Amino acid sequence: MKKLVVVGNGMAGVACVEQILKQGHEFEITIFGDETHVNYNRILLSTVLAGEKSADDIVLNGIDWYRDNGIRARLGVRVEHIDRARRLAIGNDGAAAPFDKLILATGSSAFIPPIQGVEKKNVHVFRTLDDTRDLIAKANKGIKAVVIGGGLLGLEAARGLQLRGCEVTVVHLMETLMERQLDATGGEYLRRKIESFGIRVLMPKRTQALVGNGRVDGLRFDSGEEIEADLVVVAAGIKPNIELAQKSGIEVRRGIVVNDHMQTSDPDIFAVGECTEHRGQTFGLVAPLMEQGKVLAGAIAGNRSLAFTGAQPAAKLKIMGVEIFSAGSIDESEPGIETVRYEDPALGIYKKLIVKENRLLGVILVGDASDERRYTQWLRDETDLAPHRRHLLFPPPEKDAGLEVAQMSDSKVICGCGGVTKGEIIHAIHEHGIQTLDDLKLKTRASASCGSCKGLCQQLLRAVAPEFQEETRTTLCSCVPFSYEQLRQIVRGQQLKSVQEVLNVYGNRKGCEVCKPALSYMLDMIWCGGHDEDRSARFINDRVHANIQKDGTFSVIPRMRGGVTSPDELRRIADVAEKYKVRMVKVTGSQRIDLLGVKKADLPRVWADLGMPSGQAYTKGVRMVKTCVGTEFCRFGVQDSTSAGIELERRLENLFTPHKVKMGVVGCPRNCAEATVKDIGMVGQDGSWQVVVGGAAGKSVRKADLLITVEKTEEALDACDLFFQYYRENANYLERTYDFVERLGIETIRKETVYAAEADKTKLRERLARSKATAKDAWLERDAPVHPTQFVLIEAIGAVRRQEVN
Amino acid sequence: MREPNWIAITQVENIPPHEGRPVQVGGMELAVFNLGDRFAAVENECPHKGGPLCDGIVSGNVVVCPLHGWRFDLASGMAVRAPEPACVATFPARVVDGIVHVDLSGAGFSLQRRLEPPLRHGC
Repeated sequence: MKKLVVVGNGMAGVACVEQILKQGHEFEITIFGDETHVNYNRILLSTVLAGEKSADDIVLNGIDWYRDNGIRARLGVRVEHIDRARRLAIGNDGAAAPFDKLILATGSSAFIPPIQGVEKKNVHVFRTLDDTRDLIAKANKGIKAVVIGGGLLGLEAARGLQLRGCEVTVVHLMETLMERQLDATGGEYLRRKIESFGIRVLMPKRTQALVGNGRVDGLRFDSGEEIEADLVVVAAGIKPNIELAQKSGIEVRRGIVVNDHMQTSDPDIFAVGECTEHRGQTFGLVAPLMEQGKVLAGAIAGNRSLAFTGAQPAAKLKIMGVEIFSAGSIDESEPGIETVRYEDPALGIYKKLIVKENRLLGVILVGDASDERRYTQWLRDETDLAPHRRHLLFPPPEKDAGLEVAQMSDSKVICGCGGVTKGEIIHAIHEHGIQTLDDLKLKTRASASCGSCKGLCQQLLRAVAPEFQEETRTTLCSCVPFSYEQLRQIVRGQQLKSVQEVLNVYGNRKGCEVCKPALSYMLDMIWCGGHDEDRSARFINDRVHANIQKDGTFSVIPRMRGGVTSPDELRRIADVAEKYKVRMVKVTGSQRIDLLGVKKADLPRVWADLGMPSGQAYTKGVRMVKTCVGTEFCRFGVQDSTSAGIELERRLENLFTPHKVKMGVVGCPRNCAEATVKDIGMVGQDGSWQVVVGGAAGKSVRKADLLITVEKTEEALDACDLFFQYYRENANYLERTYDFVERLGIETIRKETVYAAEADKTKLRERLARSKATAKDAWLERDAPVHPTQFVLIEAIGAVRRQEVN
Repeated sequence: MREPNWIAITQVENIPPHEGRPVQVGGMELAVFNLGDRFAAVENECPHKGGPLCDGIVSGNVVVCPLHGWRFDLASGMAVRAPEPACVATFPARVVDGIVHVDLSGAGFSLQRRLEPPLRHGC
């Protein structure tokens, strides 16, 4: 068998080998990689730095892949020399690997500009997994980090460091951030967005020297001005790694020169990826590299029918919450150019298309890159834009959500990075019975690199896979553009205790009425009540513990466990209603009594006079347990539902939940207290309890699912506890149990709660107990309000000059 | 030009950061906000359905009415992304010796409610 040596274990080299395997060519393959890691997705290093992904998450081909395909991996070995005469690749360990064909996939390295003092300690580049790990190790909270370079990589590094708690400054040589991809206006939008995260941007600034004694402690600009720095990251660009080729007598210019078949000046030696120079162009984005790989895989086996004819430059910034996309030529100096623009400063959206003779030459998208695919396609196909002129900046209104993908032909490329077509995806879905996006990524590589075709892949799965499982992650809100799951990880990982901290580091610092209450809930839940409570982040109901009504007054509902009250309580309720001129006294659907029309200033005294705890009828928390009279009085009762209901309410009251939680306990299957349409219900049977969850009788009506059937009341209460805490920890804010149960499926919930390993159940119970230990009756704040003027209508100190106001 | 009419309202610590409080002054009710680095005052009545703006969540320079989520810029008083043009009267606010002061010289003048389109810039 012929021997193939691949120098470089990066994305381009390995993708090329994948293509060779796919096309069925037989080679004995050896891959050399000077990094000790298996092949990983370099594009996603910034997400590792940002803590959004772990190093394992970005592995593209695990060690099994090498083994299964009979590939020899020589990791940690750098090829020092290629002996072209004897057809040998010589490693720095002295070993010589014979080859018939050789692929150079040496990639690129960080370009280090000639700055005095770059050799000092704590000066880093950001190019490899090891670089990333070094940075993570040093990026401690409060460290002053300076990133030299306001390009793609520099900005991603800056945001990553900032997310780790560093005070970050970006120093850029030019007047515009990402000036190679953006115009001045686009750059300005980007600068504002970056600064809104709390990252300082200094430009134009030329760094003359890094100062410090052995270890860097600052930067000096050519203006003489100095700034402090504990950590410096140089991200001033990349340069192709051409030394090996050059030493071995292969033609190089800026990169290793290749023809349209990716052949170097030596016909048995090919090159692919960022180390290449093709028709005078070098590359730094994954899509053209994949295309090169495909061409190379054919050519190396003698198939010269495919040719690489160049690629449009394209770039996408991978910072969560910042959408930047740029492709093609953004040069406007060419004659005959038309620019089509759209700007919305309030939303931070800027779009610009550069068009010539009804063909798209270039595109800049800031703040909204949702149309990126359309423009990429127009660029690649040189589409005639005449029929699209009325919809250049926004796609025409959709008639049918699945239309876009349904209209595509099977040969249309869906994943531009991996070059995967619609037809290939559909074929793979059928052949492998793919049901999830993760599976699809694994089997076809579609959406596995940059992920921008995720939406289309999901549409295809929805249309073709009979049992497609939707990805359920949603972003909390544009102020903090992370999913609930990510935010929970962030809050735990970074030990964040207050809403403002989360907003300062991961959001826009302001927050809004959507994210502030959601984050408040999350912090309370995660730290079991040990968070820093910030009432300004709470809705008014949770500041004054009453439910605001349409006229600005409040409703007051005391807790009445299990719907059981007493003559004494009723008397006090009646007295309060008269004393405070309550406009209406109403029996609620939850077996409680509502006092409507109470003024905010009266609330503390109303609570004191009632002498009853808060019923939490105003909050996303434990509402009540509705019960029937059970064996105590009822002729048909088979379980003591009243006592069980009161006990259930005592166990969970005063706790907060993602959305309100209403419960019911009934003493027989006649279900008089409607337990089967409650979030949590206990249905008494003769000799057992059924615990049911996810019921609803509100906006939607849903019969609860059976969680478990148990004999003893205590077991039933324990099952309620387990589900309750699991819901608290895993539901999205404002997700009712009936949506939660449907989203996860009752089987999953059973496995994670009542049928979980005993150790996991114990942990759920412990966290519930810790939260319960800190939970208090909110109405006790009548004696000790969180803020002295919480319930007060402030009277102005100064008098008003009468003539000024009529 | 009207002569300013600065009225002492209350000690700064009576209004916690990023919250508002209702203030009774000269027969009307204001919502006075502590925005962290400065204070702002508007009439305490949402032009939509009369909601108490003092009870709204503050988002940067914007307050969100607790009843139906209408948003008002606390500097200009203009509704932000509301279904129809609307505004609330705003009053200059400043802190002197730890006391919040509000200039009421514009009171009784610009309490324009929901605005007809020709008047939308009127306040």
